[in-house]
Amino acid sequence: MSTADVTGRTLRGGAVEPLAAARHWFRLLRSELALVFLRRRTIALLAVLAAVPVLLGVVLKVSPGGGGGGGGNTLAFLNQVTGNGVFLAFLALVVESALILPLAVAVVSGDSIAGEAGRGTLRYLLTVPAGRTRLLGIKFAATVVFCACACLMIAAVGAVVGVILFPVGPVTLLSGDSVPLAEGLLRLLFVALYLAAAMAALGAIGLAISTLTEHTVGAMAAILVIAVASQVADSVSQIAVIHPYLPTHFWLSFDAMLRVPVAWPDLLHGLLSFAVYVVIFGSVAWARFTTADVTS
Amino acid sequence: MTARPGTGHDEVSFGRVRDGEQPVDAWRPRLESAPAAVRRTDPAGLAIATIGLAKRFGDQLAVAGIDLAVPAGSVYGFLGPNGSGKTTTIRMLLGLIQPTDGSQRLLGVSMPAGANAVLPRVGSLVEGPAFYPQLSGQANLARLDATDRTADPRTAPARIDAALDRVGLLAAAGKRYRAYSLGMKQRLAIAAGLLRPRELVILDEPTNGLDPQGTREVRALIRQIAADGTTVFVSSHLLAEVEQICSHVGVMRAGELVFQGSLEELRGRSAARILVRTAEPDKAALVLTGLGLTDVSVADREVTAQIGAEAPETVCERLVHAGVPVAGLEIPRASLEDLFVELTGEGFDVNG
Repeated sequence: MSTADVTGRTLRGGAVEPLAAARHWFRLLRSELALVFLRRRTIALLAVLAAVPVLLGVVLKVSPGGGGGGGGNTLAFLNQVTGNGVFLAFLALVVESALILPLAVAVVSGDSIAGEAGRGTLRYLLTVPAGRTRLLGIKFAATVVFCACACLMIAAVGAVVGVILFPVGPVTLLSGDSVPLAEGLLRLLFVALYLAAAMAALGAIGLAISTLTEHTVGAMAAILVIAVASQVADSVSQIAVIHPYLPTHFWLSFDAMLRVPVAWPDLLHGLLSFAVYVVIFGSVAWARFTTADVTS
Repeated sequence: MTARPGTGHDEVSFGRVRDGEQPVDAWRPRLESAPAAVRRTDPAGLAIATIGLAKRFGDQLAVAGIDLAVPAGSVYGFLGPNGSGKTTTIRMLLGLIQPTDGSQRLLGVSMPAGANAVLPRVGSLVEGPAFYPQLSGQANLARLDATDRTADPRTAPARIDAALDRVGLLAAAGKRYRAYSLGMKQRLAIAAGLLRPRELVILDEPTNGLDPQGTREVRALIRQIAADGTTVFVSSHLLAEVEQICSHVGVMRAGELVFQGSLEELRGRSAARILVRTAEPDKAALVLTGLGLTDVSVADREVTAQIGAEAPETVCERLVHAGVPVAGLEIPRASLEDLFVELTGEGFDVNG
């Protein structure tokens, strides 16, 4: 009776055609993205992320040559910004990847499952039924979309502000070679996407932590602590042997994109590291979430 | 017992089905042999069937192996005091928590393995409403509908409005959930269960926190849902709230199902005592004991006993025959509430 009329596409045994399944998957993803991106908290986070390149640009414009602090990477970009505005985008990505960007990723990924559990909406989603694996996939997909949006937005705002405040021209790379502006912007796009992949790996860790609790703030704090502790450990040379296994170790390897020729092994090594983190923590999240008792 | 499709639940054995011989056992082997997906309901006509369903949290046994048998088409009141294991049972039925032991079938489909196939046919409200406070009632239902991979997005707006209309929330559809009153929140949760036609609706304490008017409305709504042929499984800690709408009841106490059967059967249990008013109670007590009646108790000029299968006329005749001056004889019917309390225990009898 009713069920068949309503579903139309439901096959015997509740299986759904692949095309319809994909359509329903995107319908839920759209709903999830609306939920994430229309929250005031997310909008505030994005505003902060966008404000950083603006502030950096203004500060550099007002006090030229006064660049201090930061690691080798930051310094390298800092000196270039006043010469070429496009470098403001790179500088912003480096600066924000230390704390603000991981914080934003921690908020979004930490909230993913824990938020639903704490609110009690998780039991309603699961009895629809959302399907636990499917819901987890949607949550991770939304986190990845957020990471990509955040990184691309920082790059775009940085480039626009840089173009407005500073001279623009052919881009002089870290290796000393000069490439046309268009190619420079293309490389900027890839840098932003690389950092988005790095953040997605952190998002996978966040998703796993988020399945362990129904306290959102606790999950967020734990994720941020992991990101910061990993960066600290990465700067202690006595434990250099574990550095390549730290989740944050390859975050800034994107400067490989700013050399001629592009240092592909470094980039691929980084992407491999992110992929491994996504697989491991994705599995942890899946193993936990598909078997956990939902008592919230 | 032969397989009967549909709602031939009248023939299903009820009564106390704890331990020992379990009438529900009869259908068990046959269920295992047929592919679950092709059956609309259980061959025994059960919308919900569990065998030895148990849940242990740490060293606390929250549900101690219960055999639920909810006939298709019935309105089943799932009763018990707070903490007696009702919500834990409902969470197991819906696949939210994994049973420690036992098996369960929803509409003939084994759970939780068949969750994706069967849950779209089941509407539910579990342990109070829970929605996104920043979204409107309408947007909240849209979110749940988007989650349902078997729902048609094209008909979603119409179905959402129809569900809101059914619980009387259409006027407040665009209002944020945050601004809803408790009664409105409760009704929105019921609306979520009515987003599409269901074969089974599971409502966990749907009248919790509602004023008498709201309680009446929910009762009327349940009657309406049941009138469409939908099986309704409704939990409550108050018998009085569901007594008027239920055809069957199950009573939980400290994790055990202490009674299960039709409302008539529950009422039947209350006719089990006889009261004799006499000036010679001791003599009357002797006669009653001689007749094989149990639980004979003597009070001032009054004797009561479990009458069992004995006809009151016979008892009266024997009393008179034995020379007992019978001033009065009656079969007092305990109220359902008394029975309920007798079954569930007085006071805070919480498991663990």
